[in-house]
Amino acid sequence: MIDQKILDNHNLTQSEYDLIVRLIGREPNLTELGVFSAMWSEHCSYKSSKFYLKQLPTKGKNVVQGPGENAGIIDIGDGQAIVFKIESHNHPSFIEPFQGAATGVGGILRDIFTMGARPIAVLDSLRFGPLTSARNRSIMEGVISGISSYGNSIGVPTVGGEIYFDDGYALNPLVNVFCLGLADKDKIFYAKTEGLGNAVLYVGSKTGRDGIHGATMASAEFGKETEHKRPNVQVGDPFKEKLLLEACLEVMGQGIIIGIQDMGAAGLTCSTAEMPAKSGTGIEIDLDKVPQREEGMTPYEILLSESQERMLIVAKPEKVREVREVFAKWDLDAVEIGKVIDGGRMRVRYHCEIVVDVPVAAVVDLCPIYQRPVAAPAQETTKAPMADVPLPGDYREIFLKLIASPTIADKEWVFRQYDHMVQTNTLLLPGADAAVLRIKDSKKALAMTLDGNSRYTRLDPRTGGAIAVAEACRNLACVGARPVGVTNCLNFGSPEKPEVMAQFKAVVEGLSEACRAFEIPVTGGNVSFYNDTEGLSIDPTPVLGIVGLVGDIGKVVTPGFKKKGDAVVLLGENKDEMGGSEYLAIRNGRTEGRPPSIDLAFEKAVHDVCLEAAESSWLESAHDLSEGGLAVSIAECAFHGNGRIGCGLELEDDLRPDALLFGETQSRILVTVKPAKLKKILDLAAKKGVPAAVLGKVGGDRIRIRHKGRELIHIRVEEAYRAWKEAIPRCFAVKS
Amino acid sequence: MKFGVVVFPGSNCDFDALYALKDVLRQPTTFLWHKDHDLQGVDGVVLPGGFSYGDYLRSGAIASFSPLMQEVREFADKGGLVLGICNGFQVLLELGLLPGAMLRNKNLKFLCEFVTIRIENETTRFTHKGRKGQVLRIPIAHFDGNYYASPETLKALEGNGQIVFRYSDPDGRLTEESNVNGSLHGIAGLMNKAGNVMGMMPHPERASERLLGSEDGRLIFESMISKL
Repeated sequence: MIDQKILDNHNLTQSEYDLIVRLIGREPNLTELGVFSAMWSEHCSYKSSKFYLKQLPTKGKNVVQGPGENAGIIDIGDGQAIVFKIESHNHPSFIEPFQGAATGVGGILRDIFTMGARPIAVLDSLRFGPLTSARNRSIMEGVISGISSYGNSIGVPTVGGEIYFDDGYALNPLVNVFCLGLADKDKIFYAKTEGLGNAVLYVGSKTGRDGIHGATMASAEFGKETEHKRPNVQVGDPFKEKLLLEACLEVMGQGIIIGIQDMGAAGLTCSTAEMPAKSGTGIEIDLDKVPQREEGMTPYEILLSESQERMLIVAKPEKVREVREVFAKWDLDAVEIGKVIDGGRMRVRYHCEIVVDVPVAAVVDLCPIYQRPVAAPAQETTKAPMADVPLPGDYREIFLKLIASPTIADKEWVFRQYDHMVQTNTLLLPGADAAVLRIKDSKKALAMTLDGNSRYTRLDPRTGGAIAVAEACRNLACVGARPVGVTNCLNFGSPEKPEVMAQFKAVVEGLSEACRAFEIPVTGGNVSFYNDTEGLSIDPTPVLGIVGLVGDIGKVVTPGFKKKGDAVVLLGENKDEMGGSEYLAIRNGRTEGRPPSIDLAFEKAVHDVCLEAAESSWLESAHDLSEGGLAVSIAECAFHGNGRIGCGLELEDDLRPDALLFGETQSRILVTVKPAKLKKILDLAAKKGVPAAVLGKVGGDRIRIRHKGRELIHIRVEEAYRAWKEAIPRCFAVKS
Repeated sequence: MKFGVVVFPGSNCDFDALYALKDVLRQPTTFLWHKDHDLQGVDGVVLPGGFSYGDYLRSGAIASFSPLMQEVREFADKGGLVLGICNGFQVLLELGLLPGAMLRNKNLKFLCEFVTIRIENETTRFTHKGRKGQVLRIPIAHFDGNYYASPETLKALEGNGQIVFRYSDPDGRLTEESNVNGSLHGIAGLMNKAGNVMGMMPHPERASERLLGSEDGRLIFESMISKL
């Protein structure tokens, strides 16, 4: 009955099928095969990544919940906890950008509020192909509109993120969405069944045929025809989700439910299987009771539909009426569809027949874990790419090219479409190094950032992984926040390719080392494999979401030059490291060389200087150096500055001028201080063994940078600002 | 002064309005559920921003049929103070308590940013704490904020002094650039003839604390709280 073709359609190997037969003691029927197909898919089971993810540091004294649940939880004091995670929705966003991105937001929001936390912030990390192509522009517009429409409608501000453009993402755009919520530490809810005879309730939107096998689709490469995958993309309704959010928080607040799990990837199947798995019980549901919005749905379709905005709730029988009343108030379906049973089995009925009867453990815990072959390709990373590249004749021209390159240019065209102020917590508007939100009725503030430079990771995965963590922590330090927890989204090609697995292994090693060095626990995350199209894999792209805490809201550091006469100080050391830089990519048209080096202990020392200075209120501003190097960082300080004030700087380093201006050496932070505080910060830096150089002063309406007396860049701030500001809107301007 | 913030399914800025009124301005404030028929004796009703009913059909259209709107209409007809913010403004238009309609922003995109608006009528119950021509820095966040009314309606609004705010540049000049959504006559806020019902697209509850970038929104609430 079940032949090779059916197995292929379900993305299951012969040996996986044989294992299923052994585990359930017989051949599965088609519905059961569908269940295993979804739950054993890469997206749901992490079968290719689990082995390597084990090495990530997950413990910490403030960790309330580490990896393994819907989201990670960190105690932030005063009886409060933050609940956060990042998720990918890459494959759906290529097929149907608007809905793919929208439901990506919807999905991660549910992961957060299913634990009892009210979502207060969303950030997104996006990667597209170059904007010179109409198709890439179309995908980007669809994705931005999707995120905007969902996030705005549900009332959670999208406060930050990052956007990169590179050829490798043209056919495999990446949409990673991060969400953070605030909860009372003792009012967290988990996915559990507890208590035989407890009622299982289905709440939320009705089930339709959308998104069937979405999880399986995300676990395979794209071939030539992807149009036919459109039915696999889920369709979102943020209004329904807002109602669901309020109703869920209300029943949680009243303490009338036992457990709750959202229906995300693999829909009803996933929550039906995972809830009893965690509690060691079994579960029985009747599909006839599931609210449906289409006629004639088969059990297969009902179980695997990924219709959005639905939750599975377990409650004591005597509480069911109260739960249903709350959902009725919010005009949502809440139907008792089953109960908790013993025996550890997942039993599903349809039209009075049992259509699924398998051990819960087989579906959830016993998926094979693969240690796939790893083989690093021959890399020529020793060649110095700049040895034969002459110095530029016109630094000003290169500078303008860099700040107008879409990866670096102003993103206001994007974040203007997001409501980033709803909930009245946003302290720093998008464009700063990290998003900063106040916590009402407290002195504290939360900072969060998403970072991940894929050029570095392509050139040296391990270093790239470590730098991603370092950069995120550096961004937090620049707003005065100390990191408290990490979530990561690892975007890679097919794990069946040994080179990709080698990249994955190395990136995870780099991440682990860095998280340990900064002493921050990883509380969870997501792995997205199979980002390939027609055999071409994306660059290894780890996206790190790191959350930090500012103890006193008055100590938050804001970006931008403030006042004429302020001293501009560089913390850190300049080096000749142009490998993997945006500058090199512009000069040579490709990513090459060795990425910048990273000394984690030194990086941490630089952050400590910045943080101590921030906590002592010595800083007028702080900004990290990253893509585009020193010149771009300085320009950004001017653009964010009071009245777009400029600066005059004198550099003395014995380095190639282009390496000095545009190289992306790590562990550097640019700060400005009032003259009266200058000595204090220089002394502090010296004490911590961190080089600190006074580059010049804030003032005037130009950016003037001289190297050993020679003028390299002299440009009016307004001219640079216009190039930076207009770059992306220009790409989307309607041509007449 | 006791305030009531109406909550529709899909309202988002209800919490923000409550926080601004109750915690920042320290006025007794309560939520009013759309399905109830009780205004709980409030002195002022706020219809907050958000996406009531998911903006299905037209923004604010379905909300205007909510049970509580009967009481809000009676309250307004008797001279009670009603402030509609953003989606709340759209509900007032749908209810017919204010004239005109909202179209999609002229650039066809959602806009979230700080804007500056100029007080056109400083004698109203919502602006008497300010000066004529005073510029307020308050954020907007909307897709459909492009105000439209027929030429006759506009003429009447101008003639009666019903236009309370116009989009302007930071120096108070009415420029095309500062009218980001394309509203006719740059209208950012207007009131009924009796002067007790006002709708505005910008969000004063997002500009009531210096911490958030501007305190200019307080003026509107403070004007409502104190006697003319």
